[in-house]
Amino acid sequence: MQHDSLTAGGGRNVVSETIGQPSILLVSLVKVVVLLFLVLTAVAYLVWFERKLAAHLQGRWGPYRTGPHGLLQPLADGLKFLLKEDVTPAGADRFLYVAAPFLTMTLAISSIAMIPFGPASIRIFGEITPLVVANSNVGLLIIFAITSIGVYGVALAGWSSNSKYSLLGALRSSAQMISYEISLTLSIVGVLLLAGTFNLSELITRQSGHTWGILPKWNLLNPTFPQILGFFCYFVSAVAETNRAPFDLAEAESELVAGFHTEYSSFKFAMFFLAEYASMITVACLATILFLGGWLSPFPQIPALDWMRYLPSALLGIAGLALIIHGVRYSTILGRIALPLLGVVLCALAFLCSRPNVVFYVQGPFWFLAKVFVVLFVYVWVRWTLPRFRYDQLMRFGWKFLFPLALFNVVLTSFAVVMHK
Amino acid sequence: MTPQLIVFLLLAALAIAAAVNVILQRQPIHSAISLIVVMIALAGLFLLLESEFIAAIQIIVYAGAIMVLFVFVIMLLNAGAEEHTNMSRMARYAGLPLAIFFLIELAYQIGAATVSWTPQPAAEGVTRGISMLLFQDFVFPFELTSVLILIAILGALVLAQRDEGVPTKGGQSEIT
Amino acid sequence: MPISYYLALSAILFGLGVIGFIFKRNIITIFMSIELMLNAVNLAFIAFGRALGQLQGQVFVFFVIVVAAAEAAVGLAIIIVIARNRQSLNVERINLLKL
Repeated sequence: MQHDSLTAGGGRNVVSETIGQPSILLVSLVKVVVLLFLVLTAVAYLVWFERKLAAHLQGRWGPYRTGPHGLLQPLADGLKFLLKEDVTPAGADRFLYVAAPFLTMTLAISSIAMIPFGPASIRIFGEITPLVVANSNVGLLIIFAITSIGVYGVALAGWSSNSKYSLLGALRSSAQMISYEISLTLSIVGVLLLAGTFNLSELITRQSGHTWGILPKWNLLNPTFPQILGFFCYFVSAVAETNRAPFDLAEAESELVAGFHTEYSSFKFAMFFLAEYASMITVACLATILFLGGWLSPFPQIPALDWMRYLPSALLGIAGLALIIHGVRYSTILGRIALPLLGVVLCALAFLCSRPNVVFYVQGPFWFLAKVFVVLFVYVWVRWTLPRFRYDQLMRFGWKFLFPLALFNVVLTSFAVVMHK
Repeated sequence: MTPQLIVFLLLAALAIAAAVNVILQRQPIHSAISLIVVMIALAGLFLLLESEFIAAIQIIVYAGAIMVLFVFVIMLLNAGAEEHTNMSRMARYAGLPLAIFFLIELAYQIGAATVSWTPQPAAEGVTRGISMLLFQDFVFPFELTSVLILIAILGALVLAQRDEGVPTKGGQSEIT
Repeated sequence: MPISYYLALSAILFGLGVIGFIFKRNIITIFMSIELMLNAVNLAFIAFGRALGQLQGQVFVFFVIVVAAAEAAVGLAIIIVIARNRQSLNVERINLLKL
């Protein structure tokens, strides 16, 4: 009987359209593999970047000996985590003890699937696909759904470790996460009011254009109502949500030993570690998409500024030349070979990016990555500058200051939107 | 065997397996985790039924907040394994088989029913449609639910307070 | 794909919730079986809403989720009070009206 089928009568069904065609699946698989590789490398070198930046902020060098300028430090850390002894505490709940870090890491990496890296569509295996793994109409809600489930990783890790420090740290940490989740979702309601869609690519295209010809129409500087309050609420909530300083009481070394991951060693601890940095990257990407205009260029698209197209290749070329010049006079032999080689690779990339059929595709991802880098810089900077919140101060700040502030932002933005119409 | 049917069968099998696991586990925390898996499988089914907004709300609110409440309470009360007392003979030999038989019969009869609906595709986007309904036709129940949540918060706060009496200025608390 | 498949799944989940409610002895697990029943009903609502091409089904599920949240909050508070007073989470021990 066709009458009670859900696809008869012209109803379109996206799921069977997607699954029924193997070429779309293959293209998605390629994008997933590439993105996974990029994300894991980015997470590893984000750790390196944080250690170097923290060191320079504190007036010291940071990792310098493992490879030239400490560039092989992530490799050394990875080997250490893999080869360390894996200790399971007595009386631990076996299934949950192993499942919690897997859950946390899976969720942290999978939310990057929704992030659009550029406007253009590229051609893989003959299919034209956009530069995003999953372009969903409720992409933003899915990222928040993934963040909500992430609370369980922390709570279950603490519970299953059968240790009082872990349990207390886990309870505090998960209470903190669910408290700041509210102001996190409220702080972006202003952006949603201005854009009217949950689709991340759409959100970026609504921010295109320049007011008065020079100021970009990013949501931070929106002509209807600049989302400065929203950006502040979002950034603070995101720092609290990812359990980073100054909100890292639950896992700080001087407090509850190490909080919920006290009893974890070797690879399971590495998974928590990676998950924290991966969620940092996700939060930074979301901040650029929602408030800083995603892959849009801050310069107006007028013919006089057409040479801006070559900015990515120019920067890559300068970086490559600097690496070559610095590398040939480096102290170790490995450095004298590896650094100039890296410089040559960067120069080759710069040449590639200036080719006329490539330069268009490079623009979007370049600006996106530049903005994400700035946000991550501020993230690390904040960690190593501000002192830590006490737990009751933290909860009071989240509930009595940030939450009303985010609500206030929603009220003002909706007022401004109605006035504008 | 359309792809939609395959995805439905996978998600349905996951939901049923997790629901059976909720009942079979002896530790409440394992039951809670299985219930979260049921909710996520149901969110997948909602996506299959093209209700993406409700799928996201199900995960954010139900699996991500209500079940966190359950897990917190289980952790705070340190709920351990259930005592293993054997079921009465009546329950084991008559009750459980009858219950399972009734369940299968119900599912079969409902599943085999051929009702003729004429489905219409959604006229506008799901989120937009729901918000139009929510704030125009259903605005009164919507405001009532906000009052309901306020009452629930107050009730939970009052109930869960420790009955220790009023602390005096000197720091000693007297039992009132 | 006939909609009756979704309704059959909803019936099975509801039945499993009832079985859990009747056969389990831990009060928190009983409460979780109630949540399972509510989820089964949500699935039925969405399935019917989709079959009729209306969005009222989804609006009603929205309300069911909100009410379930309020109920879970108050119910768990009551459970905490009972557990504190009776030192047990076994419903067979909670059989006196006097606390």
